[in-house]
Amino acid sequence: MLIEELSRIPGVSGDETRVRNFIKEKLSAWGIKNETDSMGNLYAFKEGGKKNEEQGIMLVAHMDEVGLMVSSIEKSGHLRFYKVGGIYENTLVAKPVRIGPRDVYGVIGAKAIHLQKKDERKKALEVDKLYIDIGAKNREDAEKVVKIGDYATFYSEAVVSGDLLKGKALDDRAGCAALLEILQRDYPFSFTVVFSVQEEVGLRGARVAAYRLNPRVALVLETTGAADLPGVKEQDYSVSLGLGPALTIRDGSAVAHPRVLDRLISVAEEQKRPYQFRSFMGSFTDAGVISLSQSGVATGVISTPCRYIHSPVSLLNMQDWKHLVEITDSFLRSVHEKGLDV
Amino acid sequence: MKELIKKLSESFGPAGCENNVRSLISDEVKKLNFEHYVDTLGSLIVKVGSKGKQRIIIAAHMDEIGLMVTFIDENGFLRFTNIGGVLTSTLPGTKVLFQNGTVGVIGQEKIKEPKELDFSKLYIDIGASNRDEALEKVKIGHTAVFMPAFHQEGNRITSKSLDDRIGCFVLLEVLKRLPSSLPNRLYFVFTVQEEVGLRGAKTASYRLKPDYGLAVDVTRVGDTPEPDFKMVVSLGKGPAVKIKDSSVICHSRVVNLMIETAEKNQIPYQLEVLEQGGTDAGSIHLSREGVPSGVLSVPCRYIHTPAEMVDLEDVENSISLLVELCKTSW
Repeated sequence: MLIEELSRIPGVSGDETRVRNFIKEKLSAWGIKNETDSMGNLYAFKEGGKKNEEQGIMLVAHMDEVGLMVSSIEKSGHLRFYKVGGIYENTLVAKPVRIGPRDVYGVIGAKAIHLQKKDERKKALEVDKLYIDIGAKNREDAEKVVKIGDYATFYSEAVVSGDLLKGKALDDRAGCAALLEILQRDYPFSFTVVFSVQEEVGLRGARVAAYRLNPRVALVLETTGAADLPGVKEQDYSVSLGLGPALTIRDGSAVAHPRVLDRLISVAEEQKRPYQFRSFMGSFTDAGVISLSQSGVATGVISTPCRYIHSPVSLLNMQDWKHLVEITDSFLRSVHEKGLDV
Repeated sequence: MKELIKKLSESFGPAGCENNVRSLISDEVKKLNFEHYVDTLGSLIVKVGSKGKQRIIIAAHMDEIGLMVTFIDENGFLRFTNIGGVLTSTLPGTKVLFQNGTVGVIGQEKIKEPKELDFSKLYIDIGASNRDEALEKVKIGHTAVFMPAFHQEGNRITSKSLDDRIGCFVLLEVLKRLPSSLPNRLYFVFTVQEEVGLRGAKTASYRLKPDYGLAVDVTRVGDTPEPDFKMVVSLGKGPAVKIKDSSVICHSRVVNLMIETAEKNQIPYQLEVLEQGGTDAGSIHLSREGVPSGVLSVPCRYIHTPAEMVDLEDVENSISLLVELCKTSW
């Protein structure tokens, strides 16, 4: 499946080239006109029906994932690193990673547990107490295969088990995969799909993409954290796996445009597809910058719920994802057929 | 005068849900026959005058802080989060109102120390005895505001959301008092989503390409017992001319014009330096290639509580100053 393939590709914010190339190949094979901008956003121009004179619809998913960057190399050959995007320290220790363009294999190590002080054992180790071990003999040996500034991603296979998909970078390769699914279908109208860059470090790619396209309506396809777990109060779940895609009412960066949100709800209801509302009102998505672009863009967000997001073992339910694809499909057709007064 | 302030401040309009306030204001604007329209995010834009060189945005925000329902438990209690800068200390025991008229009271779980009080310890009780009963009135995503309770005591009024309905009122009054011929092209903008990040003003100023910007908003005062911040502005001493806050350093040309205009017309004013807080001018002055901007502030006590307090004389002087500014060449 495309979603599994996308999950495996390294593409930390600022280093999305391999993800972009993968998507570009597909687009070219399907004969879809595409273009890359100066920041690296990839635009796919889906054409159908009469050429639309009006401002159009923009669909967005971000290609980048959270990860690490090599900050220095110790004399011993161990690599120190920074975090790129929101990674929690407690997901780091003892994880395998791949580094740089050569995909050098390494593991994240820390001082042996018996050497850790009492208080060090109690909480997650800070990044400055961790290092990546690539088995190098010394600095010179390490410098043969990695350099400062190289990006590292979690090394984690995409695995399907029943309805579940486990992998790294599901935020937001699941969104990218959904858009590729949409792009393979026929529509009697035109719209533009944007695969954006640098979302995890400040919604940067989408800002210039929205400015450039100046769309009338935008829909962001995201992946959102689910906390439906034992020991968590139900009021803090935000979203649950298996209850359908999540619609955003508001988050820390945007208020969903009421008419976009209403239309998403009505197409889901008409098609009898499950959906849920994201009940955590914090955090940011590309909608934050798109909705405020130029004179304002009517923007909505639909997400696949995902447990352990931003970790190597992100987990989502493929049924939720499939419903997200179908609701997005119906939304597009509905806006074309009935219009959307924004 | 008092009636319209009451209607505006008691109107329901948390950020992102300003439609009630917008209809109220557009009804007033229609009576005055000004050209107006609503933009993509929901801000109401009123065009005043078609001649004149300078395009000036004068903005007041329609939205207020509020609460949003995130979860309904099996016993019918609502969990919620904040919209904008809601102080948890103002919440326990406070009544709130939903757009459909449902009223709830905020309850608090057991806590050991006051600093433990955060949104997760609070809930809204709408008198429902289970989840289904609650769902008949309120759903996830519904928003609530402080229960309206407008009151006048002498020259001072208290109400929820005088931040910034008093600014909206000032703009509406100015519209009524403007002469028919003006030296500038004015855009009175009633903005949305100020309380969650000055958002409406951002897209409106991009659209209107102004030469100057002026926000009309409330500001804090330092004239109460042991205030928690240093501030020289007092209630009743006239509108404040903002020098800076955390969102904008006001342009000297606008600041000077405001001071000169006040002095020339013998309108009392005060100078304001606000260490924390922002206004729509924060968005307007960074629009496109930059827009010289200022802020006319109405002094206000107890901002972001159910009982914000302003002085009617300050309001009247704010109106006079803004009328004179509209009549001046910028």
